[in-house]
Amino acid sequence: MSTSNTAVTNSVEATVPGGEAFAIETFGLTRRFGDLIAANHVTLHVRYGAIFGLLGPNGAGKTTTIKMLTTMLDPSEGTASVAGFDIVKTPAKVRRMIGYVPQMLSADGGLTGWENLALSAKLYGIGRAERKRRIEEALRFMGLSDFGRKLVKTYSGGMIRRLEIAQAMLHRPAVLFLDEPTIGLDPVARRSVWERLLELRANFQMTVLITTHGMDEADELCDHLAIMHLGKVAAVGTPADLKASVGPGATLDDVFVHFSGGTIQEEGNYRDVRATRRTVSRLG
Amino acid sequence: MTSAPRAVPLAASAEPPAVFAFFQQTAAIAEIELKKLIRDPTEVLTRAVQPVLWIVIFGNVFSRIRAIPTGNVSYLAFMTPGILAQSVLFVAIFYGIAVIWERDLGIVHKLLVSPAQRAALVYGKATSAGFRGAVQATIIYIVAFLLHIQIRWTFFSILGVFAGAMLGSAIFATLSFIVACLVKSRERFMGVGQLMTMPLFFASNAIYPIAIMPHWLRVVAYLNPLTYLVDALRTLMIGASQSSHSVLANFGIIGLIFVILAAIATKLYPTLVR
Repeated sequence: MSTSNTAVTNSVEATVPGGEAFAIETFGLTRRFGDLIAANHVTLHVRYGAIFGLLGPNGAGKTTTIKMLTTMLDPSEGTASVAGFDIVKTPAKVRRMIGYVPQMLSADGGLTGWENLALSAKLYGIGRAERKRRIEEALRFMGLSDFGRKLVKTYSGGMIRRLEIAQAMLHRPAVLFLDEPTIGLDPVARRSVWERLLELRANFQMTVLITTHGMDEADELCDHLAIMHLGKVAAVGTPADLKASVGPGATLDDVFVHFSGGTIQEEGNYRDVRATRRTVSRLG
Repeated sequence: MTSAPRAVPLAASAEPPAVFAFFQQTAAIAEIELKKLIRDPTEVLTRAVQPVLWIVIFGNVFSRIRAIPTGNVSYLAFMTPGILAQSVLFVAIFYGIAVIWERDLGIVHKLLVSPAQRAALVYGKATSAGFRGAVQATIIYIVAFLLHIQIRWTFFSILGVFAGAMLGSAIFATLSFIVACLVKSRERFMGVGQLMTMPLFFASNAIYPIAIMPHWLRVVAYLNPLTYLVDALRTLMIGASQSSHSVLANFGIIGLIFVILAAIATKLYPTLVR
């Protein structure tokens, strides 16, 4: 674990808000559920402006790690800071700095796209005039201008995902967390989500942390990857570094098998599988 | 289509004063629930059938046999506020199902990761439950009007009844919310919901006076928030002769119960996503 961190730690350079070196820093972040150690001394450093991928089979600890970083879950041990704020000591400050798109489809189908965005804007305290401007802008940017007044339950899966990212971006967070953002989407819809994320990063110097199962997604979208296995970080590095570390001509699939000791679909408990299937079926 | 939004400083939204933010967030949650209710009123309207049946069938039969002593008011008038309280209870007590549904969808996760105050989220939900209580009150007034039930039709009594129905709905919805946070699954919730409804209803003064109960049951009835709601509604609708506390005292008690339940719900809400 310690050796594999060097790929990231060596590339310290960004200094955006407040002069901190990293958008996300974790130190021995650990979460236990009874005897199960869902996240086991996770130590990560994510530069400002990076798109960082957490890769791993179901049950590897990706979602637990995201839940701790987004202040939904207290760590049993260890600590972390997000955008310069401690997640345990100042969770309210962290919440103001982050955006979050859960794995499940969280847009409200009984409301229009506009209403979903307006709800987020109000919860984040964006004033009335600014609210209207940002919602229009967000709908245009996500290619949803013609659908703002339509109920979300009439949207396609890709449109819902884009709406959710727009919701999470409305308050211009420093760090955006996405849990399996393209699960269940067809290749065209996936690509359009990637494009939007790359553009948001370019425009706002936003840091993005995603979890994913998709090797192509990890390869094309992410600057850095951490492969998690059984709650631990098994390897960290750029996709190229990781591939090189396994051997000449290795693919990311090989890297994954090498570090997690199995294929991606084998693990995960009943609940994970049920939640995933439900999301996929809602995406139609 | 691909022109990006203009860059602004990161996390530019300044923190508004906490009290102002609390009201804005509460209103935002209540507003979307109201929108959904208006857009799809099927549930609320089907819920209207039950109180009508209670009054038309149960009420008419029981007023005929004169088994329940209600002093100088008719049994139908006596039970009308009780049936309003009951329908408020029955509608609100399953509110937790929606919370579990929102958890399964990830909506709860998104709300809890936002900077919204957790208490505002709970009060917003309670307010939206209040709207449903108001719908039930409207239905009861329509039934009472059509059946010529002898109740008061003054402005203040109607205003008080609506306030009571909304507060009662908020109480039982919040209680349901707490249960949802504890059981976390729909299957278990359905069981617990059924289990709570009957004792809350029958161990109260909704359809018979507390005076005819055995002593132990009276104790239970006085621990039941529904009793105080019925007592208040009864004074407002038919006068004080069949009530044991003043309207003000009853509202004080149920108001306090609500604040306590809301505080518990606020504490438990974040555990839904752990």
